[in-house]
Amino acid sequence: MTSTVDTQTGVSLVKLTNVSKHYGSIIALTDISLEVGGGEVTCVLGDNGAGKSTLIKIIAGLHQPSTGTYEVEGTPVSFDSPREALERGIATVYQDLAVVPLMPVWRNFFLGNEVKKGPLMNIPFMKKTCKAELLRMGIDLRDVDQPIGTLSGGERQCVAISRAVYFGAKVLILDEPTAALGVKQSGVVLKYILQARERGLGVVFITHNPHHAYPVGDRFLLLNRGRSIGNFEKSQITRDELTGLMAGGSELEALSHELEGAGAAAAEAAHELEADVSELGIGHQPTSGS
Amino acid sequence: MSETLTSPKAPPPMMDERVRGRSTVARLLARPEAGAIAGAIVIYVFFFIIAPPFRNAASFSTVLYVTSTYGLMATPIALLMIGGEFDLSAGVAVTSSALCASLFSFEFTTNVWVGVLVALALSLLIGFINGWIVVRTGIPSFLVTLGTFFMLQGLNLALTNTITNAVASPDISTLQGFSSAKDVFAASFTIGGVNIRTSVLYRIVFCAIATWILLRTRMGNWIFSVGGSAPSARAVGVPVAKVKIGLFMAVGFMAWFTGMHTLFLFNTIQSGQGVGNEFVYIIAAVVGGCLLTGGYGSAVGAAIGALIFGMVNQGIVYAGWNPDWFTFFVGALLLGAILLNTYIRRRAEASA
Repeated sequence: MTSTVDTQTGVSLVKLTNVSKHYGSIIALTDISLEVGGGEVTCVLGDNGAGKSTLIKIIAGLHQPSTGTYEVEGTPVSFDSPREALERGIATVYQDLAVVPLMPVWRNFFLGNEVKKGPLMNIPFMKKTCKAELLRMGIDLRDVDQPIGTLSGGERQCVAISRAVYFGAKVLILDEPTAALGVKQSGVVLKYILQARERGLGVVFITHNPHHAYPVGDRFLLLNRGRSIGNFEKSQITRDELTGLMAGGSELEALSHELEGAGAAAAEAAHELEADVSELGIGHQPTSGS
Repeated sequence: MSETLTSPKAPPPMMDERVRGRSTVARLLARPEAGAIAGAIVIYVFFFIIAPPFRNAASFSTVLYVTSTYGLMATPIALLMIGGEFDLSAGVAVTSSALCASLFSFEFTTNVWVGVLVALALSLLIGFINGWIVVRTGIPSFLVTLGTFFMLQGLNLALTNTITNAVASPDISTLQGFSSAKDVFAASFTIGGVNIRTSVLYRIVFCAIATWILLRTRMGNWIFSVGGSAPSARAVGVPVAKVKIGLFMAVGFMAWFTGMHTLFLFNTIQSGQGVGNEFVYIIAAVVGGCLLTGGYGSAVGAAIGALIFGMVNQGIVYAGWNPDWFTFFVGALLLGAILLNTYIRRRAEASA
C-alpha cells in the first residue's frame, strides 16, 4: 500500500528481460523485455492475439517463461503460482475482475483475505474498511452490503483495483480495464490508474486502446504477433505515432484498398481510412527505443 | 429523441440519490428465505382451515418430526447447492450408512458404536469420492452423483441380500450399546403432553450451525464464492477444490447422522429405502431460496422448505385426501416456490 521503491534507487519493481514463451510447438512470445518501477505506468499495447494475455500470465505467476529472466526488485524469481506472485506484491486485476456478482461488495473485497476475530469474521471492521478504502478511490457506496453485481462496470473495476492496493500490492497488472467500459467510466478508471501511480505503485496497463494508454503511460511496449514492435519512453513518441503503430500502418492501407473494390459505401470508408493513414504519418515511423 | 424528452415517467437513473434507503419490507423480501416464509404461512393457514386434526399440538408434532428427517439433510444440501453443486446420491447414502452400521455390528457382533463409527467413515468417504471426482474431472456433479446414486442403490440391495438373505438389515436392538446409541440418535421427550423427538432439536441446532458458518465465518464466504464464481474465487486464493470436497463430505456427515437416527428409531433398515429422498432435499433447498446455479441461498430457507414439505405431507393425510395426490402437490409447490422466488428476487433487485 505504501511502496516507495522507485526509479530513484534504480531498481525496477518488475523487470522482464528477453522473455520468450512456447506452448509446445506454438511460440506465444519472443524476446520481450518490460520494466516498471514504483510510481510508473508501463502500457502494453497490442491487438488481439498479440501475446498480451501470455505476458500477463507470466507476470502474474500463472506461467513461467520458457527463456529469459524475470526479476522482482532486482532479484530473479520463478513463480509456481499466482499466490507466490501476490506475496511479492504483484497483484493482477483480470478482465473478469475476479469478483462474485451475487456476493456483497464487502465480502468480495475481503474474499480470500478475510479478517478474523477468533473463529468468526470481524464483519464490522471489514465493512468499515471496505467503505473507507472505496471512498479513498472516490467511490461513495451507499451500502457495501449490496451485491457487487449491481455496481456499474467502472465501479466494479475500481473495487477490484482498490482491493489489490489495500492488500499490499506494489505492482498492479491491469488486464484491459477499460475494454468493456463507456467513455466516462473509462475516464474514471484512468483516473484511478493515475492515483495508484501517485501512491507509488507500479502499474502495468494492458490495453488495445492507444487513446487510453497515452495520457497515463510513462512507457509503452507494443506487441504484434508475439513480438515487440517497439518499446518507448513517453518523450520518444507522440499519441498519433502510437496510434499509427498500433493500427499497423501497412495493414490499414491494405484494408483501404480492399474496401475500395467493394462498392460505393465501402469506398467512402476507404477514403476516410486513407486520410487517417496519411494523417498518422505512417511511413516515417519513430525509431525503436529500449 | 423527442420521445424521451416528453416522457416524464421515465426519469434518468439518479446515481447520486442513493441516500434513500430501501424500505424495511423490501429489505426483508430481499432475503433468500422470504418466499419460503410466505409460503409456509400460506400453507399452514390453508391446512389449519381445511384439516381439523392439523390444529392440535400432537399432530403438529408429527409434522415437525416428518420435517426433521428431511430438514437434517436439506441443511447440508443447501450449503452444497450454494457452493454450486448437487448431490443426487444423498437419499440412498442415508440408507447405505444405516445399513453399514447395522450389518457391521451384527455380523461381527461388536458394540453398535463400532458400527456407528465405521458407518461415519463410510459416509465421509462417499462424500469425499463424490467431491473428488467432481473437482478433479470438472464433470457436473449432477452426473457424477447420479452415477454414485445408482451404484449405492445397487450396493444397498445386493450386499444386504448377500449378507442376510433378506431385504432388510437384522434387528440390532439386542446388541451391546444399542440403548445408549438410541439415546443419542433417536430419543424423544414429552412437553405438555406432546411427544417430541430429539431429531427436531438436532435439526434446529444443525441449521443454526450452518447459518452461523454461512454468514459469520470465512468458510461461509468461501462457500458463497465457489458457487457464485469458482474462477474468481480461485483467482483470489480461495481453495475451491477443498471447499467443494468439504461440502460433499458435510452431506456425507449428515447422511450418516440421519441414517443413525432412522436405524436406532426402527432397529432395522430396509435396503431399498431412501430412493427419491434426494429430490425432497433439493426441493426443500430450492423452495427455501437456493439458486440452482449456486452462490445464493440460506440454510434457514432450506429448513423452512423442509417444513413446507412436511406440512403438505401430513396435511393431506389430516385433510382426509387421497395420498396419491401428494406428489402432485409437491410438484405444484416446487413450481410455485420457484415462480415466487424469481418474482421476489426480481422485485428486490429492481428496488435495490
